[in-house]
Amino acid sequence: MTAVSTGTPGRERGRTPAPAPARRGRRRWWGGQPVGTLLAAPYLVFVLVVFAYPLGFAGYMSLHDYFFTAPGVDVPKPFVGFDNFAAVLTDPQVLRSFRNTAVFLVINVPLTVVLALVLASALNAGIRWASVYRVAYYVPYLTASVSLVGVWMLLFSSNGLVNAVLGPLAPDPSWLVNKGLAMPTIALYVTWKQLGFYVLLYLAALQNVPRELHESAETDGANGFQRFLNVTVPGVRGATTLVLVLAIITGTNLFTEPYLLTSGGGPDGASVTPVLLIYQRGIQQQNPDTAAAIGMLLVIVVGLLSLAAQRLNRER
Amino acid sequence: MRYTRTAALVGAVALATTACSGGGDSGGGEAGAATGPITVWLSNNEQEVGWGQDVVDAWNAEHPDEQVTAQEIPAGSSSEEAITAAITAGTAPCLVYNISSAAVPGWVRQGGLVDLATFDGGADYLAERGGDAVEQYQTDGGSYQLPWKSNPVMVMYNKALFAQAGLDPEDPGMATFDDFLAGAQQIVDSGAAPSAIWPSPTNDFYQPWFDFYPTYLAETDGTLLVEDGKATFDDEAGKAVADFWASIYSQGLAPQEESTDDAMATGQTAMQMAGPWAIASYGDSVDVGFMPVPTSDGRADVTTFADSKNVSMFTACENQGTAWEFLKFSTSEQNDGALLEATGQMPLRQDLATTYPDYFAANPDYEVFADQAGRTGDVPSIPSSIEAWQAFREAYSSAVIFGSTTTDEFLSTAAQQIDDLVGG
Repeated sequence: MTAVSTGTPGRERGRTPAPAPARRGRRRWWGGQPVGTLLAAPYLVFVLVVFAYPLGFAGYMSLHDYFFTAPGVDVPKPFVGFDNFAAVLTDPQVLRSFRNTAVFLVINVPLTVVLALVLASALNAGIRWASVYRVAYYVPYLTASVSLVGVWMLLFSSNGLVNAVLGPLAPDPSWLVNKGLAMPTIALYVTWKQLGFYVLLYLAALQNVPRELHESAETDGANGFQRFLNVTVPGVRGATTLVLVLAIITGTNLFTEPYLLTSGGGPDGASVTPVLLIYQRGIQQQNPDTAAAIGMLLVIVVGLLSLAAQRLNRER
Repeated sequence: MRYTRTAALVGAVALATTACSGGGDSGGGEAGAATGPITVWLSNNEQEVGWGQDVVDAWNAEHPDEQVTAQEIPAGSSSEEAITAAITAGTAPCLVYNISSAAVPGWVRQGGLVDLATFDGGADYLAERGGDAVEQYQTDGGSYQLPWKSNPVMVMYNKALFAQAGLDPEDPGMATFDDFLAGAQQIVDSGAAPSAIWPSPTNDFYQPWFDFYPTYLAETDGTLLVEDGKATFDDEAGKAVADFWASIYSQGLAPQEESTDDAMATGQTAMQMAGPWAIASYGDSVDVGFMPVPTSDGRADVTTFADSKNVSMFTACENQGTAWEFLKFSTSEQNDGALLEATGQMPLRQDLATTYPDYFAANPDYEVFADQAGRTGDVPSIPSSIEAWQAFREAYSSAVIFGSTTTDEFLSTAAQQIDDLVGG
């Protein structure tokens, strides 16, 4: 974490004399490009202060009987080992929140990858009004979730537009108060909201897929779908890994949507998520130790899922 | 290299998914007699802010060396969260005029509140102003909040919709559970409104204060949710109240969804549980009437939920002497009268109606609340209070709103959970 190598390997190899010890020390700390290191340092400090320290502190809290006190109030916060983890792992609501998240990911992640790639490919193919579509996809991503949730509540409420269109086919209970449909509705909402960002990622990646490959495939008789499957998809593999990891992170950090769209994880806990529980336990109920334990479990789960996504999508 | 990249990925993911904040553990408040400038926080209710600024201006004119600055409570999901964060950070003001009793035990545990009874004449002032009722606001034997004002919860109804449904707007005759259900059914069947009543069905810990709890207090003549360290509601009275609300939902008289608008103002519902604040809020837009919370037998003089908001002093306050004097000044008979005049909310004083007879003579709409204010129960001061209310709400939602479990299961499960939490 302390040394960032920005040197160019080819140039390094060209230098025959070994640097002096003092220079070696400086290089060890500052790398081959001290100015670059200096420019990157503020972000490194930001990461350490805003992410790394809280992560370490959350680990500390999760292992102690911890609660927030006013400054100067000295209260024992004894080490309790894995008691907080045992408590949350045997809490039916916590387990349910992870199951709800799994439902969300199963719907949201594949849908995000497929839709984003298909739409990006269509935009990249030079369809008419491409920039209009690009803006249309991106606007939901830029718009505050709170205001979009209001629109979706109007659309998907019992007397909303969607049910009016569906008529007798409308689900009963309605979407947001239906235990089987609440989480899938949230997954659809998040897919729609985030899609513009992922389309942009894929659009950038598609610029690096050589046109010659498409032309060769076409010459070999491949149709549009075959070219998409055998040229485009492998060509954007790196972007797909990024989209997978980001979609998993976004999905597991779900808070605003169940908090607002389904009235705090309803109906009857069908859309409660780990982050919603962290908020309730840590902030509302002042139990930051168990909230931190849920957070640490979430970090582990997200790490493992991201690792699995990366391995599954690795170039063979 | 592959493993380095993998480790970097896992590390980045771990960092990106965690954004907790840590609290410090140093600093502290100073005891009592110091004087000087102080800051107070007010709720963001427009009328209360206006009242608060007038009181502050009057104080500042007389106390040039002890100036008071009034601010609205910082924006947050709720006042309680903003205050909890301020206590932890050591940035709490001297006084906050919008304290919910449910949050007080947690703040006492944090070491964030000052026991007002430790000031000279403190206990006497509280008792003199609030009478015996102040005892129910104590935590661990300490007076960490001054009971300030209440908004006794009653059933507010739209008179025009009642008339349309064929109910007498001046005397709807819905005092018993059965009559209430029949009247509610009449409203829906007549098409006067799509729903009869619309309590918020969200999962927030405080929502029971506006559906189950006022009705339970009425049914039991004021039994609190927890008394002597034990949940009280797993009994016949609790069962009657739970079944009443379950009938409301199962008969389609109240929606299971959150309203996307003000359901009362838009005519989507004919009734709401509300306090006197609603009179000013609805003004001329809706002609509203009020009736007591129903009970199984329609008894007279029912008790209801106080929905009080109180005043607490924080240990972060450096000039607690000034804060105490300002607290007494702002809750004097004169300034309580000004609060009543400005907001219509009931100061938690003894003999309210006889203390301000002119006001109630001039504002007969509020008289019913003044009468009701004498028969209220509040949130019990218990350990893990918010956790207990959250557990209660989840069990209630499951059984009463969504019908996933029975009301018997709700009562026994919630009572057991609350007993465990309160018993530590």
